[in-house]
Amino acid sequence: MLYREAGQFKTSYSADQQIFPILQDRYGYWVILAIFGVLVPMLASAYWLKAILIPVLIFSLAAIGLNILTGYAGQLSLGSAAFMAVGAFGAYNFRLRIDGLPFLVALILGGLAAAAVGVLFGLPSLRIKGFYLAVATLAAQFFIVWVLVKFPWFSNNASSGVITAQDVVILGYHFDGPQAKYVLTLAVVAALALAAKNLVRTATGRSWMAVRDMDVAAEVIGIRPMRAKLLAFAVSSFYCGVAGALYAYTYLGTVEPEGFNLDLSFRILFMIIIGGVGSIMGSFLGSAFIVLLPILLDNVVPAIFGNALGAGFASNLQLIVFGGLIIFFLIVEPHGLARLWQIGKEKLRLWPFPH
Amino acid sequence: MQFFFEVLIGGLLSGVLYSLVALGFVLIYKASGVFNFAQGAMVFFAALTFVGFQEVLPGWLGLEPGSAVVFWLAFVLALASMVVLGLLTERVVLRPLVNQPHITLFMATIGLTFLVEGIAQGIWGANVRGLDLGIVDEPIEWLMDRSGILVSKFDLFAAAAAGVLVTSLALFFQYTRIGRALRAVADDHQAALSIGIPLQHIWGIVWGVAGFVALVAGMIWGARNGVQFALTFTALKALPVLILGGFTSVPGAIVGGLIIGASEKLAEVYIGPMVGGGIESWFPYMLALAFLLVRPEGLFGERHIDRV
Amino acid sequence: MKFQRTLVLAGLLATVTGPAAVLADEQFVGLPSYRVGAYASGGSGLFGGWIDYMQMINERDGGVGGVKITWEECETEYNNARGVECYERLKTKGQSGNTVFMPVSTGITYSVLEKVPQDKIPMVTIGYGRTDAADGRVFPWVFPMITTYWSQASGIINYIGTKEGGMDKLKGKKIALLYHDSAYGKESHAILDKLAAKHGFEVTKIAVAHPGNEQQSQWLQIRQQRPDYVILWGWGVMNPTALKSAAKTGFPREKMVGVWWSGAEEDTVPAGDAAKGFTAAGFNVAGSNYPVIQDIQKFVYGKNKGNMEDKSRVGSVYYNRGVVHGMITVEAIRKAQEKYGKGKAMNGEQMRWGFENLNLDDKRLAAMGATGFMPPLKITCADHEGPGKVKFQQWDGTKWKVLTDWVDSDRALVRGMIEESAAAYAKEKGITPRDCSKEG
Repeated sequence: MLYREAGQFKTSYSADQQIFPILQDRYGYWVILAIFGVLVPMLASAYWLKAILIPVLIFSLAAIGLNILTGYAGQLSLGSAAFMAVGAFGAYNFRLRIDGLPFLVALILGGLAAAAVGVLFGLPSLRIKGFYLAVATLAAQFFIVWVLVKFPWFSNNASSGVITAQDVVILGYHFDGPQAKYVLTLAVVAALALAAKNLVRTATGRSWMAVRDMDVAAEVIGIRPMRAKLLAFAVSSFYCGVAGALYAYTYLGTVEPEGFNLDLSFRILFMIIIGGVGSIMGSFLGSAFIVLLPILLDNVVPAIFGNALGAGFASNLQLIVFGGLIIFFLIVEPHGLARLWQIGKEKLRLWPFPH
Repeated sequence: MQFFFEVLIGGLLSGVLYSLVALGFVLIYKASGVFNFAQGAMVFFAALTFVGFQEVLPGWLGLEPGSAVVFWLAFVLALASMVVLGLLTERVVLRPLVNQPHITLFMATIGLTFLVEGIAQGIWGANVRGLDLGIVDEPIEWLMDRSGILVSKFDLFAAAAAGVLVTSLALFFQYTRIGRALRAVADDHQAALSIGIPLQHIWGIVWGVAGFVALVAGMIWGARNGVQFALTFTALKALPVLILGGFTSVPGAIVGGLIIGASEKLAEVYIGPMVGGGIESWFPYMLALAFLLVRPEGLFGERHIDRV
Repeated sequence: MKFQRTLVLAGLLATVTGPAAVLADEQFVGLPSYRVGAYASGGSGLFGGWIDYMQMINERDGGVGGVKITWEECETEYNNARGVECYERLKTKGQSGNTVFMPVSTGITYSVLEKVPQDKIPMVTIGYGRTDAADGRVFPWVFPMITTYWSQASGIINYIGTKEGGMDKLKGKKIALLYHDSAYGKESHAILDKLAAKHGFEVTKIAVAHPGNEQQSQWLQIRQQRPDYVILWGWGVMNPTALKSAAKTGFPREKMVGVWWSGAEEDTVPAGDAAKGFTAAGFNVAGSNYPVIQDIQKFVYGKNKGNMEDKSRVGSVYYNRGVVHGMITVEAIRKAQEKYGKGKAMNGEQMRWGFENLNLDDKRLAAMGATGFMPPLKITCADHEGPGKVKFQQWDGTKWKVLTDWVDSDRALVRGMIEESAAAYAKEKGITPRDCSKEG
């Protein structure tokens, strides 16, 4: 009833092509942003902000990055965590070595550093496809982490190889409380997500999808696959890099190269597959799902079974349920949570009338 | 020069062990087009189940611990568990996902990884265990005496076991009815179905065989390094072998393993010290990557022809 | 024992609303544990020992000064992000929130390092974590207790020196360092270089890539270079693999000295006979012949309240390491109660004082039933490390046998390095070190 587009007429091409063609979505976007940007920081506890919402947002950004590469351009990658590491260590080093560099500039420079590395490791994609490429991106994963561990210059010669993020200051304001950090993260993520949503609707985005669906055919109709693929690697790595820098600056504060390991890469891959391959919205849903599910299980499993299980088995049961749920979701809805969201919206358009 | 040969032989023998793990991947990918990420977890599960049965069987049946009866009984039970696991996977995970994109199937096997790891440690506990196959891991003396080259008895045994396994699998695929059906399925699912080959049967068999390969790999790796969670990491050693040899080729897995094993060791010994060492983590991947640039479908992989 | 876990079915919502019912005074300890994944084998022993000790104190003494200890586990899977979530979740649990955080993971230590002073929760890292945090003037809230990696490296060299018949005999010796190629493994480099320069021995550093389940090339290198000793700075599967490969290449295990993360049953049992003769450092010893372990057997396992699923692991290296974690927690509560009131639950700040003034001398250790179990420990405002001593144990094929008394480290050298590094950190972060003469 509320979600109907009856009476909304489009009188120009630009109106028809806008990002949210339905009025309710347009308002919905601002309402959601207002809720998460104003209401949540006022109401949520420090635990929710620091331990759940900030990582969900950061992982969403990384998932958007991977989604651009995998979901839109069709290049499977298992090296997202390494590109995050480049972003984190890049931003750290830019701020360390250039005096007075503004935080946001360092963030972007970190992302650009990741993009440059991403293009380098994207080169093989011109010849290699599918799982061969996926395994090849593992080379990036292991090599980058190795370089960051091996050369102490990257961590400013810290004996432990760990970097401690500098304070986040923008225009003289110190972002140190959980609220401030959350709002900052949200602003960066929301801006980049909106940019991504727009980007995939441009000629570039369409050329990615053409390459994804069939690169030979795309080439025939005049798309340069090399340019499209490398651009996808660059943009994707940029997003991952910014996510990595946020991971260091607004989430953990101190990071070590080993923190950006293969597990993290897989975690991001889960997010896009569970959330929905080729969907910006899905990146958020997937990220929330993958971050929240283990925490939920860790709360629920002991509460239900209490004394009945040994401590070790209770932990393993969480793992079993986690794996089982992933398989269950894939079987029930192979297109991810974003598809469920879509179906929900379709249903909502008719509700409460049957036709 | 003697040192060079020592490293080379050691590398080749390690390479065979990588092939052993890679073989499990190849079998499943060939028959069903699924990149089974859970292979590493299956290796772990198999070895842990074997050792677990070895521990509990004497108590249950009143047998003497460490006797041959216990060993073979545990082997049979572990093998049965692997086959059941394989069949269940096919039935519960893969069958509902037929015709889904590759990445979805891949993801499902990652879910399976968590499931298998959780079940393995949930049942048998997190304890680290030793596994004794009765072969001492020592240098072969007469070779040491004559040429000064060190070759481990155990590695030689493991390589021989892998060789036997690969040969018998190759013969099985080449000369048996099931083998032929399997190759037909690998070639074209639909064509195989239309001439009456029961696809799901074949998949069940392949997953069972992959379970068997995982058990052998798990026992050999377990005897080398102990039966513990780290057995799942053997999968990471197998991946570069796969890309190098091609996802669909059994001989490719062997040749790829030999190349990766030898070059990784030589690189660590001769290039490693120049850059601070520890390059074994990424060197095989880089090597495979460089190789792919020349031959994108791997050494023996099927050439992919794009048609519009 | 899990009745202490808050039985809130609401799941996630519970974490927002925080603790439910409050009974008598209880001291809450949050345990970020890992019982699944690659490091579960060690984790299950360590957390088992830790919980069992606190359980024993509750059962035998009725708590500390009448205050029962309660705890809750939070599964981290040894993952930094999960560890941070656990830290934040445990922070608000219990009667007065979490009062001590022991991450048992260097990665998680770093991830919460800057949060603990803000939240006023002392962080105790026993045998891992940030070494230069031993300078309590710069890191008032962090306690890398008993010993650090640097003290350990120095202790190992001292042990090798004694074995050779004097530190001057080290001149011209060749020592190979086989290390896990990570931040953890690289902690050993600077200190060993300094010690090599001082004593005139030669160090060859050989990296093993994670996870370290293949070490053919490293051991062939060792075979070629023929070092007098190999220091094994390993972790996880790297340890049994190193022992196996040493056997394969014929390097005597008696000449291999491991660090404490290389010297547990989990590291030697999988290597089978290849591990016989291997020696490793430890800030706690294995064995169940100590009164404290026997009390656990009697009061905890006797009442069937033990945490270990496999009772035979009680008294193993990891288990006893967990008991050390428990002892230090309990003793800090006791110390804090002496100052802030017996029979009351302590908050984080009071606990911090308790840790900072911890003094476990021989008499106290004897009363705890732990003579020889861990080194006597005295923490001060400036020195958050304490003794910096290790014992060496040798694996005889079935169990660890204690070889030495507590071996000291080169305190002056290590302390100098700690202060230098801490000062650099203080400068980078703009921290003014505390003046310890003014602390009471």
